[in-house]
Amino acid sequence: MELSVTVNGTGRVSEVEPRTLLVYYLRDELGLTGTNVGCDTSSCGACTVHVNGESVKACTMLAVQADGQEVTTIEGLAPSSDELHPMQESFQNNHGLQCGYCTPGMVMAACSLLDENPAPTEDEVREGLEGNLCRCTGYHNIVKAVLACSGQDVS
Amino acid sequence: MIPAAFDYKKAGSSEEAIALIVEHGDEAKLLAGGHSLIPMMKLRLAVPSVLVDIAGVEDLSYIDDRGDHIAIGALTKHRSLETSDLLIAECPLLAHVASKVGDPQVRHRGTLGGSLAHSDPASDLPAAVLALGGSLVAEGPNGQREIAVADFFTGYFESALSDDEMLTEVRVPKAPGASWSYQKFNRRAQDWAIVGVAAVEVHGAAQIALVNMGSTPLRAEAVEAALAGGAGAAEAAEAAADGTDAPTDLNASPEYRDHLARVLTKRALEASGIS
Repeated sequence: MELSVTVNGTGRVSEVEPRTLLVYYLRDELGLTGTNVGCDTSSCGACTVHVNGESVKACTMLAVQADGQEVTTIEGLAPSSDELHPMQESFQNNHGLQCGYCTPGMVMAACSLLDENPAPTEDEVREGLEGNLCRCTGYHNIVKAVLACSGQDVS
Repeated sequence: MIPAAFDYKKAGSSEEAIALIVEHGDEAKLLAGGHSLIPMMKLRLAVPSVLVDIAGVEDLSYIDDRGDHIAIGALTKHRSLETSDLLIAECPLLAHVASKVGDPQVRHRGTLGGSLAHSDPASDLPAAVLALGGSLVAEGPNGQREIAVADFFTGYFESALSDDEMLTEVRVPKAPGASWSYQKFNRRAQDWAIVGVAAVEVHGAAQIALVNMGSTPLRAEAVEAALAGGAGAAEAAEAAADGTDAPTDLNASPEYRDHLARVLTKRALEASGIS
């Protein structure tokens, strides 16, 4: 069926099978491979993207459910190709990644968290990221990166 | 994992949705947030041949003050429950329990009506609504009917809704103040409860419901009776597993769940001050 969706600010019209999951539509149809598939069971959060500005797990949503809506992936976060989004910059500055596999999902979840709670406590960041797993267990610096991005002192 | 193929229909109103489920019978499933249904379809535990997407039915997302109770549209998302000033003031148990479902991403998509209609005994919200009492409104081809929440959960993943009915509204009594507690025990963040206990005082009566202690969410009737008879928290909590039928799985044996039910009920009663 026909799907009409805005992805990273660009209108897209595609023919998709109703059972196509949003994450495979983004990766295979649009070539936006920044969104990773981790567990594929809505546990790990590697596939987190924004739908209408809110974090969702793209492995647990049908592409057709995004019809008429706005999807943002990690590729659409930075203001331009030679700049980083402040959250990406903060992950870089605070070494908020090790292998990098969970990073796109972590960054998307973290941006959604700060949209809802612009000055979270450390506990609130940890709880706010409960839907994202880092198998390197690099949580400490991820939490630090999110706190720093919210303008809080992490030194 | 990809779900088996299905026909996808979008309903713009509850009337349209009901017409579609009447037409397709038990081959059809309603799709709200999809956070219970889509995982089951990916595992091929559910293989509906028609999906009726009701997420676009806008008049089913609301939280309204109706005097003695609060009416919540079936498509209201967990995130909206969690952040509702009305619920936080008038029914804080429900707002709190909503904040304990899954993780933020799940709560951005999952709906109250979807969770109740799915009737998973291990889910948080069915037990919270059961503890509160109140009723659910179902709409079918012959109009509306109101179902007492005590009659709603009929079996393992089964509810009193028939194949041609759709849950449209949830009505919970106001239960303001601090006399409530939700104790959820799990091994990992975002997991289902191994056992959970929702306790709340409604119009002076202690009402307690258990998560994952049988094929449906259950009221801890023996605990409620003990409290009504004057027993203290510790004594009443000893009866928490009475009349239950705890399941066994990789997380816990029935005996361990019985133990958890007693411990968590005691904690819930002590934390809420319910007696």
